[in-house]
Amino acid sequence: MDGGRGPFREVSAPLSVDKVFLRYAGDAGIVTAVEDVSFAVEEGERLVLLGPSGCGKSTLLRAIGGFLPVAEGAIRLNGRPVTGPGPDRMMVFQEFDQLLPWRTVAGNVAFALRKARGLPKDEAWRRAREWVGRVGLARFADAYPHTLSGGMKQRVAIARAFAVQPAILLMDEPFAALDALSRRRMQDELLSLCEAAGSTVIFVTHGIDEAVRIGTRILVLSPHPGRLAAEYLVPEAARERGSAAFAEIEADIHARVFSGTPPEPQAVLADFREPSLV
Amino acid sequence: MSDHALDAPRRAASGARFHLSTSFWRRAVILAALALAWEAYARWLGNGLLLPTFGETLAALWNSSINGELPARVATSLSLLLAGYGIGIAVAATLTALAALSRWGEDLLGLLTSMFNPLPAIALLPVALLWFGIGPPSLIFVIVHAVLWPLALACHAGFRAVPPTLRMAGRNMGLAGPSYVFGLLIPAALPAILSGLRLGWAFAWRTLIAAEMVFGVSARSGGLGWFIYTNRAQLETANVFAGLLVVVLIGLAVENVVFRTLGRLTIQRWGQES
Ligand SMILES: Nc1ncnc2c1ncn2[C@@H]1O[C@H](COP(=O)(O)OP(=O)(O)OP(=O)(O)O)[C@@H](O)[C@H]1O
Ligand SMILES: [Mg+2]
Repeated sequence: MDGGRGPFREVSAPLSVDKVFLRYAGDAGIVTAVEDVSFAVEEGERLVLLGPSGCGKSTLLRAIGGFLPVAEGAIRLNGRPVTGPGPDRMMVFQEFDQLLPWRTVAGNVAFALRKARGLPKDEAWRRAREWVGRVGLARFADAYPHTLSGGMKQRVAIARAFAVQPAILLMDEPFAALDALSRRRMQDELLSLCEAAGSTVIFVTHGIDEAVRIGTRILVLSPHPGRLAAEYLVPEAARERGSAAFAEIEADIHARVFSGTPPEPQAVLADFREPSLV
Repeated sequence: MSDHALDAPRRAASGARFHLSTSFWRRAVILAALALAWEAYARWLGNGLLLPTFGETLAALWNSSINGELPARVATSLSLLLAGYGIGIAVAATLTALAALSRWGEDLLGLLTSMFNPLPAIALLPVALLWFGIGPPSLIFVIVHAVLWPLALACHAGFRAVPPTLRMAGRNMGLAGPSYVFGLLIPAALPAILSGLRLGWAFAWRTLIAAEMVFGVSARSGGLGWFIYTNRAQLETANVFAGLLVVVLIGLAVENVVFRTLGRLTIQRWGQES
């Protein structure tokens, strides 16, 4: 890789996960959370990791974020192995307490810009206000996080992640703790932000409809230990909620993966790995 | 819709201010009633050696303030206290840093605090006198002991209670080493740190006054505790009560002015107050 332009340089296939095993050393011995998972994420792609609770989605995302060492295999960003967390992979968590409570909405974004990108104060604040406006919180730029609703806090976290302009965005069920209505609205807003910025994203969820709405590609993980069970390419036509294609792909994932009775393969399935679905 | 969201906190804040001012008046009335009861009882008792009246106490307070004795005593006590408090904070910071950095440090802190925290600081005064002799170093030693353990315990608990998500968010932004500690851990643990400082202050103040009563034989420039003690020996009971009043007033002032203001400017504003 030619360096010199820093981690924010854009390269195709920015992220590759190669035969990765992830383990926890717990009280009851060693638990394998993720087993033999491989995939690559292309530039501008929105990859969704879909799977039931406890299948290791968060574990995998945390390893990509550099918070968890791989037991076997390798995770590479632009060809370099991931060894620790860094602002080239900005993460949005499910929990609302990911914002610094002692900084205002714009302050949180500005702080990230200064620490992650080394921007001077003025420039950081200017961009922070711009991004806060872009997620519809301009009026709350100077409010402290504890005065915001859960959805607004997630918006700030999303603005913070986008503002840093990482090579890849990692999102771990950012809308899971929201009510159905705001979840839908946030999905739509996230989608338009991603499309406008051409962002590369890995998005973790256990909601099939959310996966189909957000993703350009969906990887389904089987539970315990998490392995790749199936892969779906989501065609542009299926992205519209309520469209026939949306319903079709949703029903297919549901039938094939979550109820365990594989129906006939359908046209929307681009490719899926030999089912380790039981 | 968002209008209401904006207005709600403001309304709540003005409500709190209103509440504060009524509670202030309530307290003022209670204090006045207590002073009145004191005055009445002391007059009825008619024995100034046992219990001077409120008026006599105020007069004694006024006189010993005017002649400069009481302010000098207070200054002595406060300077000792600040020295001990400062050293206590420094040592507590070092111990918690060690505890945050390594398992050995953590166990060291855990052991030391569980051993020394239950030990009343004043109980160390004989040892301090043996080691440091009669003089300020002995007093500072017991004050450090009074501040150190509760503060270290509170800080350590505060650091440990920083949510994992917040930690990860910080490291994700590239915080590491000092910028992680000062940019994330300390502000996140501030509620615990502040309550530790508050507790340490209260312990230190009580310990100092108690220690000064035992100690100070040679010191012409003894502190507030010594002022109380010598006046009792000379049967100047009004002065004793004046001294006690000052102890209470200083304790209240630090608690309500210094710490409450610190809290209002920081954790209360950030919604971190538990
Ligand atoms: N800190 C940990 N220590 C030990 N085991 C863990 C730890 N975190 C997760 N695990 C194990 O790893 C497995 C995967 O957990 P993970 O949190 O990645 O699941 P998930 O797919 O994100 O689930 P959810 O949808 O509920 O968030 C779990 O079955 C759990 O037993
Ligand atoms: Mg999870």
